[in-house]
Amino acid sequence: MTDLTQEQVRERIERRLAGRHRVEKTFRGLGIASIAFGILAVVILFSDIIAKGSGAFVQSAVQLEVHYDPAVLGIEQVDEESLTWANFTGVIREALRERFPEVSGRSEKRELYSLVSTGAPFKLRNRLQADPELLGRSETVWVAADDDVDTFVKSLSDSGGGFRGRTSDRMIRWIDQLLASGELKKRFNSNFFTNGDSREPEQAGIRAALVGSLLTLLVTLALSFPIGVAAAIYLEEYAPRNRWTDLIEVNINNLAAVPSIVFGLLGLAIFINFFELPRSAPLVGGLVLTLMTLPTIIISSRAALKSVPPSIREAAMGMGASRMQVVFHHVLPLAMPGMLTGTIIGMAQALGETAPLLMIGMVAFIVDVPGGVTDPATVLPVQIFLWADSPERAFVERTSAAIMVLLSFLIVMNTSAVWLRKKLERRW
Amino acid sequence: MQTPTLFALLLLLVLVAYGTGFTRAVTAARGSGGLRNLASLPGYYGLHTALWCGLPALLLLVAWIAFDDAIICAMVINSLADKPETISAQNLLWTQIQNVAAGNLFGEPEPQIAAAAEHLAALRDNSRLLKAGLTLILATGLGAFTLLRFSPQLRAREKVEKVLRWVLLACACAAIFTTIGILLSVLFESLRFFQAVPVSEFLFGLHWSPQMALRADQVGSSGAFGAVPLFTGTMMVTAIAMFVAVPVGLMSAIYLAEYAGRRVRAFAKPVLEILAGVPTVVYGFFAALTVAPFIRDAAAAVGLEASSESALAAGLVMGVMIIPFVSSLSDDVINAVPQSLRDGALGLGSTHSETVRKVVIPAALPGIVGGVLLAVSRAIGETMIVVMAAGLAANLTANPLDSVTTVTVQIVTLLVGDQEFDSPKTLAAFALGLMLFLTTLVLNFIALHVVKKYREQYD
Repeated sequence: MTDLTQEQVRERIERRLAGRHRVEKTFRGLGIASIAFGILAVVILFSDIIAKGSGAFVQSAVQLEVHYDPAVLGIEQVDEESLTWANFTGVIREALRERFPEVSGRSEKRELYSLVSTGAPFKLRNRLQADPELLGRSETVWVAADDDVDTFVKSLSDSGGGFRGRTSDRMIRWIDQLLASGELKKRFNSNFFTNGDSREPEQAGIRAALVGSLLTLLVTLALSFPIGVAAAIYLEEYAPRNRWTDLIEVNINNLAAVPSIVFGLLGLAIFINFFELPRSAPLVGGLVLTLMTLPTIIISSRAALKSVPPSIREAAMGMGASRMQVVFHHVLPLAMPGMLTGTIIGMAQALGETAPLLMIGMVAFIVDVPGGVTDPATVLPVQIFLWADSPERAFVERTSAAIMVLLSFLIVMNTSAVWLRKKLERRW
Repeated sequence: MQTPTLFALLLLLVLVAYGTGFTRAVTAARGSGGLRNLASLPGYYGLHTALWCGLPALLLLVAWIAFDDAIICAMVINSLADKPETISAQNLLWTQIQNVAAGNLFGEPEPQIAAAAEHLAALRDNSRLLKAGLTLILATGLGAFTLLRFSPQLRAREKVEKVLRWVLLACACAAIFTTIGILLSVLFESLRFFQAVPVSEFLFGLHWSPQMALRADQVGSSGAFGAVPLFTGTMMVTAIAMFVAVPVGLMSAIYLAEYAGRRVRAFAKPVLEILAGVPTVVYGFFAALTVAPFIRDAAAAVGLEASSESALAAGLVMGVMIIPFVSSLSDDVINAVPQSLRDGALGLGSTHSETVRKVVIPAALPGIVGGVLLAVSRAIGETMIVVMAAGLAANLTANPLDSVTTVTVQIVTLLVGDQEFDSPKTLAAFALGLMLFLTTLVLNFIALHVVKKYREQYD
């Protein structure tokens, strides 16, 4: 060092300083890049889902001039029994043949019939059931197109070519004709919200799954909120500091980090095998999710109780209230907003949970809307999982749309939790 | 009587009990000159009666519902003249009897089974009657008894509070019961599994193919339960996830805590938290339908072969999912580092990044390590992403572009669908569950311990 002149030392320090500043910049840049990566992931995830799923809210439909011909239907009058047997498929086929009179030959006809969804006869049945006067008359109805047609029409509007799949040249000619005359249109897909699951994408809907989710969440809420709040009150207000209490606390913290699938194993072994509760039922799903969300609710409820200042408790005690009265009349109402926030977040977790419900058999193919907590049911995330496995292209669209519905529920729940916290929580 | 009706009836009785207790107290007070002559407020007398009326009856009802099937099953099986030896045969027979009793007949049942089914139906009818009768008698009896014992000197409030305190304690113990329940459920089935398959084969075997053949002479009829490919698969996916989540999460936390202005923080933090709120099934869908094809195409473009379900796709997406987890935990510990340490470092002339790297991070390291361990345990236990994107083939491979399978994936595939509870195939899922539970338990325990210990340093 002594050999260096002051000038040289300064030069060295400045060179080194420039290097240090470069490192500083890089470090900062890395930080910004990380945040940008996270935000980019959110943007890509959401835009990918929306781009894939927004198409499912419309559905191609074909306009048909149907004639409710008693001869074709094979019925005399409209009643419960004749409706079950009536040949509505024949009516649809007749209408299609009339629209394209030039079609002849078996295979050609089969292709023609496959333009329309196999669910279309049910629509006619419902119309005739609603209005028996229609028998023997004609009317113009929109029936859902087959999912292959739907996929083709939707891909057509994106780019010139269109996704062919199983659609033949002849069918494409007919589709073009129908499109040109306005008899094939994309209309709002009400099936998606009113139907249960189906093997046919154009008839598959999320209603059964939504109701299943709702029932499961109701069971979860009814059990986990009171138990969670009671546990938090005991631990925060009553528990003596001893080993037993420590054990409970360690347990709760550990349970919060146990993988959700392990709770599914518990549900399978204890609730289904040991207690013989029904499989696939929202009741069992709710029980499993209760055990899973309890730690979340207990931890947040304890935090809420802790944030109520001791002066409130002391004032109430000073007025002669018993300990229970202090808690239930004063502390609990003040801590309620925090507890509710925690509960909503716990419920949002439960709503998005899939793995433990797979274990207890909620993966069954459920068409009917469940009527109670012991009926077989499925839930929205499981429905998404099932559809994601289906090979039909049209199911990709519906999976994404179901995800959009699920995410919007979660966004509403989380936003209301944030809103509740801002609106009601008091700072002491 | 249907169970929901019974619950409704019980609720009604409880309300009646509350009302009578309340009025009883009020009349007594009026007779003796005012409420001040009562030991407690009238509401507490109502609650006292209601608790005695409802609580024991409710406990009885729940216990009855929980155990009646098991007891009836044992009674029916024991009443049979020649009952089968093994538990599985008994279970099979029990299912048959239940089916016959429910009227799902396939052909004419054997006379023994038909008789057992009748016996079962009779027992069930009796059980239903007894359940309703006993519950209601217990409720009304105890309610009436409490009313009879009423006196103005009765310290109703203290009694009610004592009971409520026990109820609160019972709720707090729910966590312990859950842990015990998990342990019991995985432990018992695992022990049965290890009777069929030696522990050493399970832990160190290199071959996993749990399919049991239907016939004994079929090829590969025994099934192989070497779980090493599952462990390596889990580790590979976890490692990839951590490779994404730890640097990104940590750097985001550092930037948000040390550099970002208030407005950037107010925007970026909630956006990152969104990633934590997205359900895992959505990530799974994203990984399987968007990321995996992208990786396959990208690999093909540079001349590599990637399978359509790759460890890389699952790991990357899982990493993205865990970013907010790492970042919020690190954010907490970085913020907990006292400002004086930073001021000291800055005062000695270090740059901002040097302060962070040489002072703040070392001070926060235990907490960060704890957070990362928690994140690892979450990655190991994550199910849906790997089920949908990592594949089912148990490959023992180190190539992230190959498809691998994990412990959680195998649990799901072994248990979804029809199960027999005496085949090693089903039981293997519980053994895997036991491994999973123990691993995450140890990781969580260490992590929570480290975090807690660190917090105490600066408090």
